[in-house]
Amino acid sequence: MNKHDPKGIPHTTPRQSATFTQDVNSDIRRAAATGIYDIRGGGAKRKVPSFDDLLFMGASISRYPLEGYREKCETSVTIGGLHAENPIELDIPITIAGMSFGALSGPAKEALGRGASAAGTSTTTGDGGMTPEERGHSDKLVYQYLPSRYGMNPNDLRKADAIEIVVGQGAKPGGGGMLLGQKISDRVAEMRNLPKGIDQRSACRHPDWTGPDDLEIKILELREITGWKVPIYVKVAGARPYYDTTLAIKAGADAVVLDGMQGGTAATQDVFIEHVGQPTLAIVRPAVQALQDLGMHRKVQLILSGGIRSGADVAKAMALGADAVAIGTAALIALGDNDPKWEAEYNALGTTAGAYDDWHEGRDPAGITTQDPELMKRFDPIEGGRRLRNYLKVMTLEAQTIARACGKNHLHNLEPEDLVALTMEAAAMAKVPLAGTDWYPGKPNTPF
Amino acid sequence: MQTIDLSEVGLRALNKTLHAQTNHTNQTNWEIVNPKGAHAIACGLDAPIEVTVKGSTGYYCAGMNQQATVNIHGSAGPGTGENIMSGKIIIEGDASQYLGATGHGGLIVVKGNASSRCGISMKGVNIVVKGSVGHMSAFMGQSGNLVVCGDAGDALGDSCYEARFFVRGTVKSLGADCEKKEMRPEHITLLQELLDEAGIDADPSEFTRYGSARNLYNFDVDNAGAY
Repeated sequence: MNKHDPKGIPHTTPRQSATFTQDVNSDIRRAAATGIYDIRGGGAKRKVPSFDDLLFMGASISRYPLEGYREKCETSVTIGGLHAENPIELDIPITIAGMSFGALSGPAKEALGRGASAAGTSTTTGDGGMTPEERGHSDKLVYQYLPSRYGMNPNDLRKADAIEIVVGQGAKPGGGGMLLGQKISDRVAEMRNLPKGIDQRSACRHPDWTGPDDLEIKILELREITGWKVPIYVKVAGARPYYDTTLAIKAGADAVVLDGMQGGTAATQDVFIEHVGQPTLAIVRPAVQALQDLGMHRKVQLILSGGIRSGADVAKAMALGADAVAIGTAALIALGDNDPKWEAEYNALGTTAGAYDDWHEGRDPAGITTQDPELMKRFDPIEGGRRLRNYLKVMTLEAQTIARACGKNHLHNLEPEDLVALTMEAAAMAKVPLAGTDWYPGKPNTPF
Repeated sequence: MQTIDLSEVGLRALNKTLHAQTNHTNQTNWEIVNPKGAHAIACGLDAPIEVTVKGSTGYYCAGMNQQATVNIHGSAGPGTGENIMSGKIIIEGDASQYLGATGHGGLIVVKGNASSRCGISMKGVNIVVKGSVGHMSAFMGQSGNLVVCGDAGDALGDSCYEARFFVRGTVKSLGADCEKKEMRPEHITLLQELLDEAGIDADPSEFTRYGSARNLYNFDVDNAGAY
């Protein structure tokens, strides 16, 4: 007899709520204790339809494959040939996304430059200006032009190999940024022209233009200042990809960078990251459609980002029509972020390796997302650069492996017809057939 | 004096010519005629030259200016002098919105009025307006000085950091975390210097200083309603 139930009535099994989960309850308790929303780094952690829901079919009788070690599969990409005198020529279609000095340490930025350069690709500044470390170690450096204009100056602008006008970011479409006071070292404060130790807000809108007509004039100004030499990208969040891509092209962009909700951020509200924006899988086809409708596909390049992790993701993005991809979070992991070797220290911070996302607090045990001199010493930029190069090479080899299996001698020759979807959602978003069928939801001229 | 007719040579040729001037150029005086409100005139200059635009300009005239003096003999469109680093811009007429946005240094003088968001996100530039300024002026202003000889519109200095604002007339309203400050002798001296450099005859003692109350510098839930 159960001592808590002297009448012997059987108990039901204790059941957790699917609505008030342990995660939700912990969020409520945290909010009640602090009175402030949760701020964190990274991208959406919720499960969303993704490239994992797509498969390549590979070769068959009707399509013959290329021999892995004998027949070439090209990976190069040219970005910005439409208007710029000096377009960017990359050996691989995997670029490093913008991450700020401030959010990352100087050595971490150096490592990104080293790794990207060794792999034949570009890296990108971030909200905080250009540092000598990253310019010096990046063969191809894209300079972000952001609403805050922290550290923005024409001398650095002219040192850039391309300019990326940032309109939005996948983790927070319509949102600005926040660099908390803990990370505002003397150097960061000086570069941003703000007092040390205060929370630095980054605006969500550009201070001197609004709307697509203004954007066209802003692009004109930047081209005039840089002598029409370098490509100008426009980065948008995956909010309204068809219209945003259309407007960016009409405004004169050389390339469109499109960032899905799995794309990371240095810091913003968790509610923003998890509830605003669209999955990367969902945004690529509308953007490609916009390019095609304007006759600009492969003329204005589409760079897709947001949760790209492997050569399979690269190949799938390119099969759906992207010209290149950008990685951010994956690059940090390659450098050593969230490595289990720091597990004891992650535990001390109340988290665990793989889940650590309080990058804004500046206490990163891996010494990457910090301005703490002692923590920064843990990170070796040369070793970090080597690791990033290796990772980029592996991703490229993986993508080539898939492309050859599909009979393609260039990654750009991958096409939607090479893919099937595992779920109805993925089929609808990617506009490729559900596996085992010749149908996807929304396919023209087919009854539902 | 070199004269360029913008309607004949086009924007690219004009800016290319001006960009070709170095610190050692002998051709230090330039006149641009027929601007007709064109955008991006004389942007990105980086030489000790004086450029006079004979007419009104569109967006971003003298954007990111370094060293040069740019005179606009007309009114100036949005974003004039955006991100100015050094040098001087003198506007004889009125200035549209976003004047001197994110400017890091140098001086901008407006003989008429300046529209909304004058000095938005200013990062060290000095702006002297002989007339009045519109709403949200110096929004998120980080450093530098905004001098308004007339009146200021709504929400002056909203969410500002260390920028200083001197207003002779009325302020329709102050923005979040912006407050009236004491006008100490060093501010009178600074203001007199700015007025002198701008060539504007005004008595510094008639101005009121405004700046950040510094209550929003670090997030505090008790201040959440101010955001």
